[in-house]
Amino acid sequence: MRELDFLGATMLQLLGGVPLTVGLTAGSVAVGAVLALLLALLRANSRPGAALVSAYVFVFRGTPLLLQIFFIYYGAGQFAFVRASVLWPFLREPWCCALLALALNDAAYASEILRGGFAAVPKGAVEAGRAVGMTRLLLLRRVVLPLAIRQALPAYGNELIAMVKSTSLASLVTLMEVTGIAYAIISETYRAIEVFLCAGAIYLVLNFALTRAVAVLEAKLGPAGT
Amino acid sequence: MNTSNPFVLLGFGPNGWGASLVAGAAMTLAVSIAAYLVGLVFGGLAAWARIAGPRPARRLVGLYTTVFRGIPELLVIYLVYFGGSEALTSLGHLFGRSGFIGLDGFLAGTLAVGLIAGAYQTEALRGGFLAIPRGEIEAARAVGMGRLLMLRRVIAPRALRFALPGMGNVWQQVLKESALISVTGLSELMRAVNVASDSTRLPFDFGIAGFALYLVLTSFSGGVFRNAERSLARHERAR
Amino acid sequence: MTRGRGFFPIIRSWSIAAVAALAVLAGPAAVPALAKDYSHIVIATEGAYPPYNMHAPDGKLIGFEIDLGNNLCARMHITCTWIAQDWDSMIPALNAGKFDAIMDGMSVTPQRLKVIDFSIPYTQSPTTFLVLKSSPLAKMPDTGKRVSLDDDAAMKAAIAAITPALKGKTVGVQVATIQYNLLHTYLRNVVTIRTYKTTEEHDLDLASDRIDAAIASTSYFVSTLNKPGGNQFVEVGPLFTGGLLGKGTGVGIRKSDPELVAMFNQAIEAAKKDGTIRALSLKWFKTDISPPN
Repeated sequence: MRELDFLGATMLQLLGGVPLTVGLTAGSVAVGAVLALLLALLRANSRPGAALVSAYVFVFRGTPLLLQIFFIYYGAGQFAFVRASVLWPFLREPWCCALLALALNDAAYASEILRGGFAAVPKGAVEAGRAVGMTRLLLLRRVVLPLAIRQALPAYGNELIAMVKSTSLASLVTLMEVTGIAYAIISETYRAIEVFLCAGAIYLVLNFALTRAVAVLEAKLGPAGT
Repeated sequence: MNTSNPFVLLGFGPNGWGASLVAGAAMTLAVSIAAYLVGLVFGGLAAWARIAGPRPARRLVGLYTTVFRGIPELLVIYLVYFGGSEALTSLGHLFGRSGFIGLDGFLAGTLAVGLIAGAYQTEALRGGFLAIPRGEIEAARAVGMGRLLMLRRVIAPRALRFALPGMGNVWQQVLKESALISVTGLSELMRAVNVASDSTRLPFDFGIAGFALYLVLTSFSGGVFRNAERSLARHERAR
Repeated sequence: MTRGRGFFPIIRSWSIAAVAALAVLAGPAAVPALAKDYSHIVIATEGAYPPYNMHAPDGKLIGFEIDLGNNLCARMHITCTWIAQDWDSMIPALNAGKFDAIMDGMSVTPQRLKVIDFSIPYTQSPTTFLVLKSSPLAKMPDTGKRVSLDDDAAMKAAIAAITPALKGKTVGVQVATIQYNLLHTYLRNVVTIRTYKTTEEHDLDLASDRIDAAIASTSYFVSTLNKPGGNQFVEVGPLFTGGLLGKGTGVGIRKSDPELVAMFNQAIEAAKKDGTIRALSLKWFKTDISPPN
């Protein structure tokens, strides 16, 4: 019975971190998606732009996220000119640093996924759009993007789950999301296994819900009859 | 004495952290290779059970891949690091041993990252198997190949060819996840960067050094996988 | 005893069965313990809590506790090996058998005594705040005044005196420390508490003005003030001792090893008597934080 009480109390405390975990995920995915779109467009439209984007993707996909978070959080604070700049009110906050690092990381992966999506858009569809006199922007909005996103959705769903998991690293820059709270409980009770099992269950539920949501979206976007 | 000259700090002299960073990179490589091999074993067994096993085995594999792909890697590392010791200790008691049996950071990190890698590897290997054209397997059967011979001569090499890109991704993932093993106190690259930054209060300088070293590791080893892919593909053209 | 092979030597004595089972998986060997053999022990420290313990640039562990620990081991006629371990997993890892003793500036507290045992204290130093010299908090009242938390009236007066200055400020503190307990118990409704994995991380954040103050023991702040850039900081507020801050720092040992506790107690007593602790304290802290006899 005492065991159950402990698990219940732990679960309750951990659930208090869920809003922060969900907020970090949603925020970084939203910012990351915008950045990814910009990166994909930059890559498609100019040669120096493409080189720049590949360098960006190379660095962010080739190094651990933990190092990126750590670098943005502690590295930025090392310089007086950064602390005097207009950016400091943002960089001063651990929440902003974690969100920035997660979004930059997400953008690198998502832009690659989007690139794959663009590559899979049939040439015929674009030509058809042009033939009926669509402008570049309209073509992008009504033909290319929807088709590319539909193609990219399964891979992007995996990326979303990766992002939920990645928010756990925000605990290493003082944020008290689910993993951060788990640390704190352990340091008071020294019962690592039970606490981490509870935390793991929370992440599984979050990811299960996300997977279902992506599946529903996929079904909605899918062409009729498939 | 104390200095902020990056050439001294990153160098190999008495005030330089270069040696400990390079040793950290070597440890990262070592623990990644060990974890990848563990993941290959888990992934290979799980993929086999998923493809050819009875229903309960397939269910079990499904549970394994769902759980280890759905829980943050940091949690898995802690679970194995602390939970593994507790489990081993009680196992020891069963066999009449008093006292504690522990997993050190290397062993726990290898096992934890290996378990996660295995879950992804399962999917990569299964994908490789499913990509083999049915005709090839039927042809092998038609010429009277035994199960084992078919596995060795047709299925394994062909599945490997199709699974290799996915396996390369798993390797990259392992290399990056190994940074999380730093929380167990293992002196791998991330830990070396942290220790140097904290001690000198120069997180920017050592962060840059960390980026450079990780990029060397990921791009160099990525090249190995690309070469393997190319040589397998060349083999294909030659036929 | 057996030395582990491979990249990360494990220095416990373990059984052949476990080796066979584990070595298959990962290489480095694991061997089961002949329990209660204290001729060789492993001591864990953090390597990030100077001058108690820290990493030299070449990766070696150095510091007050390394010197003292080696001295104590020599007195006990046993061999000791050091390993570096993260602070927040220190106690669970001790109980999980990853090492045999903790020497990491760990204070003896009632809460910790529930899960592990301690030797008698080998240092005692008060807790205080650190702020930037340019901060308005630099003028905090009661600076340098000794306040024992065992003395209820003095404690209440001190908290009342510093509350107006600290109202609404953010204070950094290492997770799972007595200083965290102090903030949480007495100043929870006054300040925003931000917890860090290491004390050096809250120093970094204090220097970059992310937090308004840090709280730790004065013995730790000695190293902060002596580092490059240390002159931008100043210690302020009362010097807290006693109560939930405990009786000083001791060697953390598993409850199942009372013999080891007794061995350490005897060695520490001797090192106190012949002035070794005082000498090492002067060497590393530039001040005497050896516990009263």
